[in-house]
Amino acid sequence: MDFRLTDDQKALKAGVREMLTARFGPDALRAAVASGRLDRALWRDLGELGFFALRLPEESGGVGLGPPEAVLVFEEAGRALLPGPLVATHLAAGEVPGAAEGKTVVTAPGGPFVEWLDEADVVRGDTSGAAPVRSVDPLTPLHRLPDTAAPAAWRTGAAGVREGAPAGPVSEPAVALGALLTAAEQLGSAGRTTEAAVRHARARQQFGRPVGAFQAVKHLCAEMLVRTEVARAAVYAAAVTGDPVEIAGAKLLADEAAVGCARDCLQVHGGMGFTWEAEVHLHLKRAWVRAERWIPRTLAEEVEAACL
Amino acid sequence: MDLAYTAEEEDFRARLSSWLAAVLPTLPPRPDPLDWPGRRAYDCDWQRRLHDAGYADVHWDASPTQRLIFLEETERAGAPYVGANFVGLLHAGPTIAAEGTREQRERWLPPVLRGEEVWCQGFSEPEAGSDLASLRTRAVRDGDAYVVTGSKTWTSHAEVADWCELLVRTDPEAPRHRGISWLAMPMDAPGITVRPLRTLAGSTEFAEVFLDEVRVPVANRVGAENDGWRVTMVTLSFERGTAFAGEVVACRRTLGEIARAARRNGAWSDDVLRRRMGALSAEFRALWRLTQWNVSEAQAGGGPPGAGGSVFKLRYSHARQELYDTAAAVLGPDALDLGREWNPDRLSSLSYTIAAGTSQIQRNIVAERVLGLPKGR
Ligand SMILES: Cc1cc2nc3c(=O)[nH]c(=O)nc-3n(C[C@H](O)[C@H](O)[C@H](O)COP(=O)(O)OP(=O)(O)OC[C@H]3O[C@@H](n4cnc5c(N)ncnc54)[C@H](O)[C@@H]3O)c2cc1C
Repeated sequence: MDFRLTDDQKALKAGVREMLTARFGPDALRAAVASGRLDRALWRDLGELGFFALRLPEESGGVGLGPPEAVLVFEEAGRALLPGPLVATHLAAGEVPGAAEGKTVVTAPGGPFVEWLDEADVVRGDTSGAAPVRSVDPLTPLHRLPDTAAPAAWRTGAAGVREGAPAGPVSEPAVALGALLTAAEQLGSAGRTTEAAVRHARARQQFGRPVGAFQAVKHLCAEMLVRTEVARAAVYAAAVTGDPVEIAGAKLLADEAAVGCARDCLQVHGGMGFTWEAEVHLHLKRAWVRAERWIPRTLAEEVEAACL
Repeated sequence: MDLAYTAEEEDFRARLSSWLAAVLPTLPPRPDPLDWPGRRAYDCDWQRRLHDAGYADVHWDASPTQRLIFLEETERAGAPYVGANFVGLLHAGPTIAAEGTREQRERWLPPVLRGEEVWCQGFSEPEAGSDLASLRTRAVRDGDAYVVTGSKTWTSHAEVADWCELLVRTDPEAPRHRGISWLAMPMDAPGITVRPLRTLAGSTEFAEVFLDEVRVPVANRVGAENDGWRVTMVTLSFERGTAFAGEVVACRRTLGEIARAARRNGAWSDDVLRRRMGALSAEFRALWRLTQWNVSEAQAGGGPPGAGGSVFKLRYSHARQELYDTAAAVLGPDALDLGREWNPDRLSSLSYTIAAGTSQIQRNIVAERVLGLPKGR
């Protein structure tokens, strides 16, 4: 057993981070928030990088890697707060023409909402009756599905969960994979807000010293790291085992890490954190959106409980 | 990222589990938790069996992965835990193995491995708990011995120990971290008084230890004089490292038992309670994965476990308390009956956020040593 990243995996992660830093830095993020549109050129660049074709076999023009590598790449996307139906398009690669290359934007419902419906070229799944809502996240337009369209377990949590086995939507491979990749994005976001909080705590001076010298702040930061590292172990392991119950548990921990770390990061930034200019609110809002996608909290808890 | 064990590791697991299956049914019944001499005898008997079967030094010489497999398999099989041998096997032993001279290793390590000598840990003092470096117990050199005077407290297993890993101040003039030494003190030396303290769980698992001009040979010092703080950091990194790994497996097992009890008594139909158990299941699974992560890092680095242990300890100690609070919620009013299972464990779990460095101290460690935040208050 060696749970650490292989050299190839480290290189892949670093490569994606480098590309995203260059192509989607703070200025691009701000521009995206201002326009509310999807950057099609960036989407194609992601396609060329193999972001969507990562798990397709090489014979089919893919990269031939597996869920562990996909998780590392999506972690970086979450870190950069990359917008768009990334998970749905990734899942569509090889099935929807143009998805793998980043030429086609694909969306799909993954819970009670469907994201980027107006912007998508292809919609997979039933979205009839979907009504637009004013999305909490300025970078994720949302339509709400009529209650009847969502699988029962997504509505009630408990329904459809059998004893001792993952039933309902979690047992569907696409749902499990969607949840896993979304969890990876949450993990990336948690890592980013933890770093941002620590950087600010070192730099910002009050009472003649960095605020990070005060324990009240220090302990917030320490808990952020703990949340992130526990979620990391859960998400990476779920990617390796592919077990739907482990994926549900990992999603739960990653959701908690992303939401909790964004909140604490906002607190550490003080008044500055409450402004529209600061990145923090975007992380928090996106984390809230992702937490509702594929496997929401109550369903994850029910799936885990059913296996006890 | 590879969670599969090698053929060699699986072979180790298979041999261990068949040995456990054969030996566990032959063990005598466990003594009452309040019977300390009985527990010492029981724990030492278990250690001797491990020794005779070739598993004694699994905590020191085996690879970190083998050690993990050992903890996983023994917990899964419901085998005894290290118990009274905790300090000898997990703190003092590894410290002497890493820092001691050849004579010291030959003198102290074999009896620990054979379950013949029990150690206790004399670090904390009434005025020096979290602020361990402020300890005052003094050791004054007199010929080939140190004359030690002072007092220690919360000393686990002191009542039944043969040896004490003792921190003393050998240079009162030096800056506080610099004047400390690490001694092996025989617990039967004249001048030692042990006064058992009763814990809130009712047991006398720790004690106050008063030291009145106790003579400890200079040859019993591990590491250089006044270099004891560094040696102590080596000890503490073992304490916070994978010491709790096996317990995560035990917690998962306990959670399963609690869920079964909830299904029997109807608590399972409480949505909030059932989901809380689901969330705990995810938590303990993640903590086990984090252990595997830390072990992989340790295996690659070779050295003693690092700050990953603090991250783990912080989260685990709270999860363990949440586990037994959940058990109490399932039990309802029966949570007030100490005769019911889990209730005594619930009391013991209260120590986890205090012993081996409080949660506040762990957060300081994570913030300062891992995140690089400035020291301050
Ligand atoms: C079951 C049990 C077994 C033990 N066994 C042993 C043993 O075998 N050998 C041994 O040497 N010791 C042992 N201990 C002692 C243990 O290591 C200490 O209790 C622990 O380190 C805390 O020290 P203290 O009790 O003096 O608390 P204090 O240090 O007095 O702390 C009191 C409170 O203040 C907080 N605090 C203190 N300093 C800071 C700070 N800098 N920042 C923020 N908060 C702070 C603490 O978190 C705590 O909440 C044991 C303790 C327990 C509970």
